[in-house]
Amino acid sequence: MKELFAILIGAILVENFVLTKFLGICPFLGVSQKTSTALGMSGAVTFVLVISQAVTWLTNEYLLKPYGLEYLQTIAFILVIATLVQFVETVLKKTMPALYKALGVYLPLITTNCAVLGSALIFVERDYTFIQSVVFGFAAGLGFTLALILFSGIRERLETADIPEAFKGMPITLIAASLVSITFMGFAGLIIS
Amino acid sequence: MRLHWYVLCQEVIEMEKKKKSLGSIFLDGIINQNPAFRLLLGNCPSLAITTLAKNGVGMGLAATFVLVGSNLFISLLRKIIPEKVRIPCFIVVIASFTTIVEMIMAAFLPELDKELGIYIPLIVVNCIIFARAEMFAQKNPPVESFMDGIGMGTGFMIAITIIGSVRELLGSGTWMGIPVTVNLFEPATFFILPPGGFLVMGLLIALFNKVFKVKDPRTIEDKEVGCCAVGCQGCANAANGGETV
Repeated sequence: MKELFAILIGAILVENFVLTKFLGICPFLGVSQKTSTALGMSGAVTFVLVISQAVTWLTNEYLLKPYGLEYLQTIAFILVIATLVQFVETVLKKTMPALYKALGVYLPLITTNCAVLGSALIFVERDYTFIQSVVFGFAAGLGFTLALILFSGIRERLETADIPEAFKGMPITLIAASLVSITFMGFAGLIIS
Repeated sequence: MRLHWYVLCQEVIEMEKKKKSLGSIFLDGIINQNPAFRLLLGNCPSLAITTLAKNGVGMGLAATFVLVGSNLFISLLRKIIPEKVRIPCFIVVIASFTTIVEMIMAAFLPELDKELGIYIPLIVVNCIIFARAEMFAQKNPPVESFMDGIGMGTGFMIAITIIGSVRELLGSGTWMGIPVTVNLFEPATFFILPPGGFLVMGLLIALFNKVFKVKDPRTIEDKEVGCCAVGCQGCANAANGGETV
């Protein structure tokens, strides 16, 4: 239990996916203009991360390992994730139209989100058990949510700021991200054991 | 909304059709459409592994290999791959080349492989490669696509090597492992930490905009990112969708 808690806090704060591991930068910079879109996107990412962690863990354990196919990990994981995202989209559309309406538009883009494939590769690297990798996926999603929402608040203010010509658009966004990232460095000393 | 992006994509494809010569395709990748500084694609690796200039070169080479290979193969297969299942097809081609790179790196450059870690397999989800498959290789003959791969890959490599050099110089006081600033200043560890990555990248893009006189970076960025690959297209798409809701 203590170990799971350590994974949870670790993935949310200490090694935040976006701000310290640079996973999921694309949506972080792409959909953080508004807090409402940021919320939808992070909800969808968290949802897919939890399911994909479970499915990729099972794929790795029962399909790749017994046949010595670990070298096909990258191909297998990305295909599983792509299929899964499609599947989740179809199922949500049929069974939970309300949730689909909230998350639907964000789902297709999650396939190429580094965070999803990244966390699958990390659980292999760290040899997590099934429960651990699912918790890790959930925590990574929460960390992503935290970063995205914090950042969208800042970006909403940047909209009205007076910015030099060359800095408009991406440069000022990256510099703002740098400042948010500094605050997260403060958690670096936090070790739970 | 989809139609809107489709129209934009078509526009860019038309634009690309006009520039035919191989030399200009190559140069496009380096300056006009530099993936890291202009198209703003592939941000994950360009921020994550650029703590050392050497890593930039390694990552750039790996990405170039995947880019050239996937561009060439997708271009060769462009008449066979059905429109509707093209994304999974692209994924398989790109993932295969990434796996090849992974194996080569692990076998011949174990040190670099350790340094780059999970960011090597993550080349699969690098927007640049999808973007070029979708925007270029799919519509152009193999020779042009090959050249486009080399141009884009080189542009990406140069960009991330520059980012890596700046961060290494300021953060560790060395360049490619050679001590440079021993008596000049105390290296600031900040630059090799994650926030330093964001800061250096932001400043370099601003500098690039200033030097190459990019008129309105925002419109170009929106357009390009908007019709790139699944990931980024989605991002822009979603951002747009969100606004209309």
